[in-house]
Amino acid sequence: MATYQYRHYPYRTPPELAGTTPARPPVIIVGAGPVGLAAAIDLAKQGIGSVILDDNDVVSVGSRAICWAKRTLEIFDRLGVGERMVAKGVTWQVGRVYHRDRELYRFDLLPGGGHHRPAFINLQQYYVEEYLVDRVEDFPQLIDLRWKHKLAGVEQSATGVVATVETPDGEYRLDADWLIAADGAKSSVRSLLGLAFEGRTFEEKFLIVDVRIAADYPRDRRFWFQPSFDPGQSVLIHRQPDDVFRIDFQLGWDADAEAERQPESAMARVRQVVGAGVNCEYEWCSVYTFRCARLERFVHGRVLFAGDSAHVVSPFGARGGNGGIQDVDNLCWKLAQVVRGEATAGFLASYDRERIHGADENILNSSRTTTFMTPKTVVERQLRDGVLALAPDFAFARGLVNSGRLSKPCDLLGFPGFVADDAAGAGALRPGMPCEDAPVAGADGRAGWLLDHLGTDPVALVFVANRREAAEIADSVAACGIARLTVLAVTERFQGDLPLPELVDADGLVRARYGGAPGVTYLIRPDQHVLGRWRAWNPSALGVAWRVCLGSAKA
Amino acid sequence: MTHLRRDDGFDGRGDAFYEQLVAAHRGLTDAASGALNARLVLLLANHVGDAAVVAETIAAARRGLDSGGTGNEQEL
Repeated sequence: MATYQYRHYPYRTPPELAGTTPARPPVIIVGAGPVGLAAAIDLAKQGIGSVILDDNDVVSVGSRAICWAKRTLEIFDRLGVGERMVAKGVTWQVGRVYHRDRELYRFDLLPGGGHHRPAFINLQQYYVEEYLVDRVEDFPQLIDLRWKHKLAGVEQSATGVVATVETPDGEYRLDADWLIAADGAKSSVRSLLGLAFEGRTFEEKFLIVDVRIAADYPRDRRFWFQPSFDPGQSVLIHRQPDDVFRIDFQLGWDADAEAERQPESAMARVRQVVGAGVNCEYEWCSVYTFRCARLERFVHGRVLFAGDSAHVVSPFGARGGNGGIQDVDNLCWKLAQVVRGEATAGFLASYDRERIHGADENILNSSRTTTFMTPKTVVERQLRDGVLALAPDFAFARGLVNSGRLSKPCDLLGFPGFVADDAAGAGALRPGMPCEDAPVAGADGRAGWLLDHLGTDPVALVFVANRREAAEIADSVAACGIARLTVLAVTERFQGDLPLPELVDADGLVRARYGGAPGVTYLIRPDQHVLGRWRAWNPSALGVAWRVCLGSAKA
Repeated sequence: MTHLRRDDGFDGRGDAFYEQLVAAHRGLTDAASGALNARLVLLLANHVGDAAVVAETIAAARRGLDSGGTGNEQEL
């Protein structure tokens, strides 16, 4: 590619074959894609070591996943890579949908202010992986990233996992307590365990082309149904960094994939879109079909599936890469609890439950989009075209036009492990929902963001009116009986010298979003989800809620 | 006088409605699908009842079809 130089990461002979004494890692991670790399970093932040095995020695070939949603950026912030992703990425929040040459409607994904991260950035997967690899290198004692190490076998017992690994120096066996399969849609772990991966295949072919366009094209997501400039059914254009544009063409099921993926023929289509006079250079292209499928369970003994190895969706909706990062966010703190012996292995059933829910939501939304985009019968076509024909005049029909329902964080309302809401009506955020961001200032007066103070460890967020209230709370933190609990005091105006870390809510957005009144307390899981909330500080209730979450007490 | 509703009547659940409608046609021949649509129109029109709203609905649905096309041709 003209705009990205691939670096070959060095293969190193592993200690198992070099004759030095290998250390048994708690976790093996198969796959150094966004999911595997993020998992290693998240575990390292919990103090848990891992060995990552990757059969290749470069980051993603081709731009692949490019749309990263706000929730993913917030998780990347927690992992220490968000700023770099956003700085390089193209920030966008407006989408425009056209039928032929007419704009049917536009949507603005984040009209409200007071959030650190935008609704979406576009950033090629190779940059995402490169930045994650750089971050991995910040944990040399905890993460051992092994390039050109191919998984050849997996065996597991009640106490651990043994991986057989092939390298340029030969084969070796690697023992660990757990194995995370982050090895993508064609997961070798899944095949080695003989697991069925069932779902629905959609009979449609798409051509995806990356081109560099020097002209100043808009950054909005633009989607055309039945474009006048292309014979296909739909076209999607998205801007990426380095003046690279992603163009998706819906080719139809009968298209000749081999002919369409030739750069000359792909570029002929591109020129119809951008106009003959515009200078554009070919970067990369691919023809794809897709299916929606998932494993029946993500937890198989000591083997844990995350990302595309566990579930795949169609790309319209940006639910593949984002769903995988949310898997990591949900899994790693739980695995850390189990590795440290603070929860039993049974606690991982909550990962299964919660992320199967997330995967099903993603599959449902992307299947609906695909149904709308690829009508299969005369009547489906008539219904679809009827919606498009009514859309200019009828708001309800614009709501039915479906070119992708873009990834939103999924909530876990009513799931086991979350306690009953003891502050109903205090604000929109209920137990099971991901925390909402808001501007805060630290005790040093520096402006920052609420989410930067939450996560990795459990946090209690308490609204306090004065120093006396904060002191009473600080005196009873130990009564919660929650390991590594951080208690943060949210104040309206800077108090100073509080016995708890102070977050000043000068703009009032924390109070507005969390229904904050003095005493209102939120207990927040390490993945920034509300575990429980109370109208008053109640250390024994917090302790029970945490143990209910870990599965060591009943709700 | 009541007018034909233009805003979202599905309370944000339009995608589920559309999926349900497409699923209702699954496995039917084109002729049977036409029959299904005819019955749906009759049942829903009866449910609406209001003659003025039904008349307005018919006019809105017919717009652009008089030329013999589907109403989705390239605009001139």
